Amino acid sequence: MVQGLRFRWPGAAADCLAVEDFRLAAGERVFLRGPSGSGKSTLLSLIGGVLLPDAGTVAVHGQDLAALPAGRRDRYRADHVGFVFQLFNLLPYLSVLDNILLPCRFSPLRARRLAEAATTPVDEALRLAARLDLDAALLGRNAAALSVGQQQRVAAARALIGRPALVVADEPTSALDADRQQAFLDLLLGECAAAGAALLFVSHDGRLAGHFDRVADLAALNRADAGAGR
Amino acid sequence: MKPRFGLLWHLCWRSILNRRLSVALTVVAVGLSVAMLIGVERLRSDARAAFAQTISGTDLVVGARGGGAQLLLYSVFHIGNASNEISWDSVQRIASMPQVDWVVPLALGDSHRGFRVVGTTAAYFEHYRYGERRSLAFAEGRAFGDVFETVLGAEVAARHGYRVGDRIVLSHGAGADGTRFAEHADKPFTVVGILARSGTPVDRSVLVSLEGIAAIHVDWAGGAPIPGLSIAPEHVRKFDLRPKTVTAALVGLKSRIAVFRVQRAINTDTAEPLSAVLPGATLQELWNLVGMAEQALLAVSALVVAVGLAGLVAVMVAGLGERRRELAILRALGAGPRQVFALLALESLAASAAGIALGLALVYGAAALAGPWLQAGYGVALSLGWPGAAELRLLAAVFAASLLASVLPGLRAYRYSLADGMTIRI
Ligand SMILES: Nc1ncnc2c1ncn2[C@@H]1O[C@H](COP(=O)(O)OP(=O)(O)OP(=O)(O)O)[C@@H](O)[C@H]1O
Ligand SMILES: [Mg+2]
Repeated sequence: MVQGLRFRWPGAAADCLAVEDFRLAAGERVFLRGPSGSGKSTLLSLIGGVLLPDAGTVAVHGQDLAALPAGRRDRYRADHVGFVFQLFNLLPYLSVLDNILLPCRFSPLRARRLAEAATTPVDEALRLAARLDLDAALLGRNAAALSVGQQQRVAAARALIGRPALVVADEPTSALDADRQQAFLDLLLGECAAAGAALLFVSHDGRLAGHFDRVADLAALNRADAGAGR
Repeated sequence: MKPRFGLLWHLCWRSILNRRLSVALTVVAVGLSVAMLIGVERLRSDARAAFAQTISGTDLVVGARGGGAQLLLYSVFHIGNASNEISWDSVQRIASMPQVDWVVPLALGDSHRGFRVVGTTAAYFEHYRYGERRSLAFAEGRAFGDVFETVLGAEVAARHGYRVGDRIVLSHGAGADGTRFAEHADKPFTVVGILARSGTPVDRSVLVSLEGIAAIHVDWAGGAPIPGLSIAPEHVRKFDLRPKTVTAALVGLKSRIAVFRVQRAINTDTAEPLSAVLPGATLQELWNLVGMAEQALLAVSALVVAVGLAGLVAVMVAGLGERRRELAILRALGAGPRQVFALLALESLAASAAGIALGLALVYGAAALAGPWLQAGYGVALSLGWPGAAELRLLAAVFAASLLASVLPGLRAYRYSLADGMTIRI
C-alpha cells in the first residue's frame, strides 16, 4: 500500500517520512505506534490523499492516489476511507443523524453500496447507532450537545457507514478514560470486522495494541532521521 | 469533483442557522445600507420627476430682477420668498405685447394655516398646465368670482376637511404651521371651489383673486394693520381694488418661436428692472446646481453599503478561525478545497443577498408608510413601482460587490483547508 514513500513538509529542512514498504491486507486490523511528532498524522493525510508524496506511491484499494486528479482524489477518499480523529469529529451545526449520513451525501458510491445491501442510509445509520450503543433519542440532537465519548462513537458510525474499504483512526481514544477506551475500541474493532473494513489505528499508547492483528512501529518503518528525532 | 449544490446549500444553511445572531446583525446592517442607497436614488428621481411635472405650457416666468432659479422657485414651487415685486403697469405692458397670448399674474405673501395664498385671476385655471399639458380640474365647485371667494388646492381641503361653503381666514406673511401671524380675521373668505389633486404645489395653495388680496390689505400699511383703522368688508368693495403690484407673472406666447425675443424685451425693459426666464431651461440649471449634492449623497450611500459589506466579510472571516476544525472535518469527509471555498463564499453571498432583499423591503415599506406624508408636506410622490433602470443598476452593482466580497472568506477558507488538510487545529 505504501511504497518507497518520501515526504517533506514545504519549508522543512529534512524529510518527515521515508517509508520503504507498509501494507494493510483487506480487512486487516493494524495498530500503528509512534511517539508524538513522528509523522503518524502526516502518514494518514498521505493515505487520505490530502497530501501527496514527493516520491514513491500511496495506493488505497489498488488505486495510486497521485495518479488521480485532485477532485477525483477527494471523491476517492469519500468513497473508500472513513476517518475518526482524536476530538471534535462532528459538524456542530448538524444533528447527530445528519452527521452520520454525511459520507453518503459526499459519496454516491457509499449510498449505492447500501442500496445493493438492500438498506437505506437512514436505516443503516440507525443500525450502526444501535450497535455503537447510541440511544435513538440522541440522533435528533445537535452534535455539539453530546459528551466526548458519544461524539467518538458517532464519528465511528460516520466512518463506517456505506462500507468503506479502510477506516483510519487517529488517536480516537486519547480523550477517553481507560474504561471507555476499552469499550470504544471493542466497538470499533467489532464493527470494522462486521463491515469488512481494514482498520488502521494510530496511537502512542501501546497498551491498546493487544487487540490487533498486527502492530507496526513508525519509528522502525521510517528511515527519515528528522521524523523520530523531534 | 463538481460541487454538489444541494449538499453545499444544506451545509451553508445549517451553518448560518447555527450562527444566526451574528449573521442576522450583519444582514440588518447590509439591509439598512442598501435601503439608504436605493431610498436616496428613488427620492432623487421621484423629486426630479415631480419638479419636471409641475409646470408646462408656460413660456416665460416674469418677476423682479434677480436669479432665474430663485424666481422659478418662489413663483412656481413656492419655495423661498421674493425680495421684490413687479408693478401692475409692467404686467399690463407685457400683456399688451403683440406676441403675448396670455398673462397670469401671481401675488404671493399671505398664508392660511401654513399653506400659501396665491392671488391671481380666473385665467389661472384656464392657462396653468402641469405634466403632459394637463389643466387644473375642479373636484368641487367653481372658480372664484367675488372679492371674498377662494378656491382651495386638494391638500389644503383634505388636511383641514374644508368643503365648499366654509369660511376661512387668511394670515399675513407666509409661514409654516404653528407660527403666529397677524390675521385678516375681519375679512373671511368663502370657499367656492376645491381643485382635484395634481401632485404639484397647486395642491397646497389657497387661490384668491387679486382684488381679494388688495381688499384684505386696504387698512394695512407697511405689513401691519393701521392702528385705529378698520374697514368692514362691505365697505371695502367701494375702494379701488385694482392691484398695484404682483409677485410674478406666467406668460404664454402665441408662438414659441418668439420666446427669446420676448425674453430679451422684458429683460431690457427700461421702465422697471424685470427678469423673464424659460421654466424648462431654468429647471435644467437648477438640476446642474443640485446635481453635485445628489452625486455626493449617492456616493456617501454607496460608501455606507461598502461599509456594510465590509462588516459582513469581517464577521465571516473572524468566524473562520474557530471553524478551521470544521473545514478539516469536511476535507476528511471528501470535500475538496474548491468545495470549501464554495461553501464559505455561498454563506457570505446568501447573507448579503438576504441583506439586499431586506433593504428593498425597507424601501418599499418606508415608501408605503412615509409616502403620503412626503406627498402632503413636500409634494414629492415616493413611488411604489418596480425599481427603475438606475435602481436596477445600483442593485446590480451592490450584488456584484457582494459577490466580490464573498470571495474573500471563501479564499481564506480555501487557504486554510490547503494548509491544514485533515489535521484538526484548534
Ligand atoms: N501542516 C504542517 N506543516 C508543516 N509541518 C508540519 C505540518 N503538520 C505537521 N508537521 C510536522 O510534521 C511532523 C510530524 O507531525 P505529525 O502531526 O504527523 O506527528 P504525529 O506523529 O501525528 O504526532 P502526534 O502523536 O503528536 O499527533 C512534525 O515535526 C510536525 O512539525
Ligand atoms: Mg497526530
